Amino acid sequence: MISLTSPVDTRAHSLPAGGKLLALCLASVALFAVRDVWVHLMAALSVLALYALPGRIFFVHGVRRLWPLWPFVAVILAWHVATGATQDGLLICLRMLSAVGLANLVTMTTSLSEMMAVLRRLLRPFGWLGVNLRAIELAAAMVIRFTPVLALKGSALTMAWRARSRRRAGWRVIVPFMVLALDDADHVAEALRARGGFDMDRTT
Amino acid sequence: MTTERSVAQIALFTALIAALGLIPQLTLAFGVPITAQSLGIMLCGTVLGAWRGFLAATLFVGLVALGLPLLAGGRGGLGVFASPTAGFALGFPFAAFVTGAVAERLRGFAIGWSAGIAALIGGVVVLYIFGITGLAIVLDRSISEAALLVTAFLPGDAIKAVLAGLITAALYRARPDAVASRS
Repeated sequence: MISLTSPVDTRAHSLPAGGKLLALCLASVALFAVRDVWVHLMAALSVLALYALPGRIFFVHGVRRLWPLWPFVAVILAWHVATGATQDGLLICLRMLSAVGLANLVTMTTSLSEMMAVLRRLLRPFGWLGVNLRAIELAAAMVIRFTPVLALKGSALTMAWRARSRRRAGWRVIVPFMVLALDDADHVAEALRARGGFDMDRTT
Repeated sequence: MTTERSVAQIALFTALIAALGLIPQLTLAFGVPITAQSLGIMLCGTVLGAWRGFLAATLFVGLVALGLPLLAGGRGGLGVFASPTAGFALGFPFAAFVTGAVAERLRGFAIGWSAGIAALIGGVVVLYIFGITGLAIVLDRSISEAALLVTAFLPGDAIKAVLAGLITAALYRARPDAVASRS
């Protein structure tokens, strides 16, 4: 699976994940509260500087992840230039780029396990209310494990289709794909039960 | 149904949504990819039912937020929720829930019809309400201007709702007790 985290280790990696997330929240709220185009220009340049700090590889990797936003930038700028409110359009685009840029920055410099730890802390009050947090964690782990497995099975189905038909495998392939997934789910459920299942948590 | 079976089905369906996003896809204008992924959200509702569909879609969105590249085209991370398409991602659980709830209410219809209609209401109408609201906020547009930006995707998503109906009906023939809205 492609990783969204940074290819190089940065100083931001050692900062606490909760702190980074809180800072991101505050920065995003601030970005949406300010309506001055110069402030937004400064903010966007600061975000760019943050990307440039850890070096060229990090910068290229990060900026590439912002690239999918270009159609929005193009539409908004075209719209505002046409209606004569270029400054407003510039503000919206800069705000969008800074907000997405900062959020990506947190994802790039925080490992999945640290994010999980923050989520676990946030969900703890729900555990007191009777929500089975172990089930959530186990489900998350299963998704990570099974996504590549299912993707592989999906492509095997597509290839099997191509071997038998001259036409391209379309939506019809999704039916056996889902049958596979549901049967896998039954096997996993049986395996979980055989190992004590979730009832074990209630007794401990 | 045992807790283990529910959890396993939710997890496998979440993985299925992700796997559907990995199947080669077309990206049309505005960077909103046309993929089988929103079809996966619809199927979550029609097959797992309202609550478990909601949980599967929530797990999917949650894992995307944690930084897994599960969205179509390998997108993911917190940036998704600051981008103009944030509303679509945040709307996934609600789309799955409404799809499941409507499918459960339409037991009188043949399964293909009930699932198709439910997918159209949940996976298109509800999802677009969230998506358009998100676009309007991030891009500072009025709701009608934002709606104009996504009209190009409506036909594709309507077709996906029809496919969701056909697929659910075929699945019902293969694994009758797996379709929650009929059990």
